[in-house]
Amino acid sequence: MDFSRNPESDAIRNAVAQLCAAYPDSYWQQLDVTGAYPSDFVAALTRDGWLSVLIPTEYGGAGLGLAEAGAILEEINRAGGHAAAAHAQMYTMGTLLKHGSEEQKHRYLPAIASGELRLQAFAVTEPDAGSETTRIRTMARRDGDAYRITGQKIFISRAEHSDLMLLLARTTPYDDLEDKTRGLSVFLVDLRTAVEKGQVEIRPIRVMLNHHTTEVFINELEVPTANLVGEEGEGFRHIIDGWNAERILVASEAIGDGRWFTERAARYATERVVFGRPVGANQGVQFPIAQAYADLEAASLLRDKAAWLFDSGRACGPEANMAKLQASRASWAAANACLDAHGGYGFASEYHVERKFRETRLLIAAPVSNNLLLAYLAQHVLHMPRSY
Amino acid sequence: MRIVVLVKPVPDTTGQERLGPDLRVDRAAVPAVVNANDEYALEAALKLVEAAGEGEVTILAMAPAAAPETLRKALAMGAQRAVLISDPSLAGSDTLSTVRVLAAGLRRLEYDLVLAGADTSDGGAGVVPAGVAVSVGLPYLSYASKIEPGAGRVLVHRLSPSGYDVIEAALPALVVATQALGEPRYPSLRGIMAARSKEIITWSLADLELGDTPVGGAAATTDVVSVRQPATRAATRVVREPATVAAAQVVEFLAERRLI
Repeated sequence: MDFSRNPESDAIRNAVAQLCAAYPDSYWQQLDVTGAYPSDFVAALTRDGWLSVLIPTEYGGAGLGLAEAGAILEEINRAGGHAAAAHAQMYTMGTLLKHGSEEQKHRYLPAIASGELRLQAFAVTEPDAGSETTRIRTMARRDGDAYRITGQKIFISRAEHSDLMLLLARTTPYDDLEDKTRGLSVFLVDLRTAVEKGQVEIRPIRVMLNHHTTEVFINELEVPTANLVGEEGEGFRHIIDGWNAERILVASEAIGDGRWFTERAARYATERVVFGRPVGANQGVQFPIAQAYADLEAASLLRDKAAWLFDSGRACGPEANMAKLQASRASWAAANACLDAHGGYGFASEYHVERKFRETRLLIAAPVSNNLLLAYLAQHVLHMPRSY
Repeated sequence: MRIVVLVKPVPDTTGQERLGPDLRVDRAAVPAVVNANDEYALEAALKLVEAAGEGEVTILAMAPAAAPETLRKALAMGAQRAVLISDPSLAGSDTLSTVRVLAAGLRRLEYDLVLAGADTSDGGAGVVPAGVAVSVGLPYLSYASKIEPGAGRVLVHRLSPSGYDVIEAALPALVVATQALGEPRYPSLRGIMAARSKEIITWSLADLELGDTPVGGAAATTDVVSVRQPATRAATRVVREPATVAAAQVVEFLAERRLI
């Protein structure tokens, strides 16, 4: 087992930390207040190539793996930022890369790598189909050289800030299917023209954190058959392929949040003097911070193992799920320790703790609920009965 | 425009520095980084080449064999190649020895301009650039806040206590960069990836035409006689509360000590 330093990984982390230093807490706070999109920050990441990390070099990307992509996202969140926009542009193309045709890949991936095209929206969930993806109702009907798609999607992040969107729609009615995991297909939608033609309407939803969340209404959207990604009817399988990668990346974001919380909490607890001594001199304050730090280190090792398995082409379902589970729990514990250490000031927005607190809470519930991760481990690793 | 930048890998100033039994910094004990002032020189060199639309930047360093790891960062910022002079017998070199070795290295390279940082965070003597310029026979232009190359000449604004002097010299010349030239860039992902395949040429002493010139620890004309820690500063209280609260705390702190 080799835990020695990797100079290239250090170089990546240092460079991202330096870039993030130009976007301090106040930048993110302002975005949070106004609900604005981090356009400058995303432009800087794009300019320096950070969002192309997972795209193979033959398509103009850096051709690196989840270990490096995770390090980038972790550093963004550790610096007090919010990596969701970066995460999406980095990773959404994965379905296209793995299941798209050569023609599609050559057409889109170089432009995604350069940032000329933004692909950071993936429309899967619907008002009546969240975790139960196979129940989606958005319907795509073949019509000559095109599909006509009608339906409604909810909790779709960044649709207003994306040129392209991957869309999961039903190509066979649910009741006609013997195997309910079939009958869904993935489409690549050009949102710019679809919105202009009135075939797609995007309505923002205000949620408890600045995630640029929207509802997407789709009405007789015409998508050329050339934009079907992978095989018709295999869409569910195509998207679950990407879930392990997403969980490893989300674990990295949680670890970055957790490091921000423990660093801030430790600093504040050391400097803040109450009853004539630092508040951190009290075990009731310092132990939860130390415990959160230890939990984060453990989650980080699990994340590293999951990324290593993924990057070396090995199966990583249990590890990816456990990494997301443990990292989101550790970060949430760190968030609470940080808030408690700050006392009343933790609730004041200018301390930024409450903003990060809201942001990291999401990672327990999304992109997959931790309960479903436990259900997976119980059923598929421990071979207990299915519980849902 | 061909520019050589003198770069020194120095111990990262993290507070973990240790001294070896010879009372010198134990360079193996802490990770090395590019000397911060040299990064300003490198940034200035990269900007000059970008503005000229042609040319190349070469890093020249004298350092232990593990230095390529540190030089990759300088290459990731955009330098085209690095030349590392490394030889076991150079351990314990003092500034005179460093001057002789870097000068011998420069004589093997082709360039229009040499840039160097004002001093290093480990030794801090600040005499190596001047020594190299004299040794090679280059005009020496120090403390530059602005560098303007022209046809066969370079014009420099040299910082002075009252403002700046405008000085000019024929090329090739050696210019000492200052922080006034602009913040060093951080490497992009493309830069880091490109640095993987950039050339790091390693020369030993046998590759340099030093003749009988004595270099290395055995030839050092200076000796470390004693070392002591600077006095520890009293505990610092940092007020991070919002201004409205912080002002009252600062006033209270000063009033308690009868300073106001």
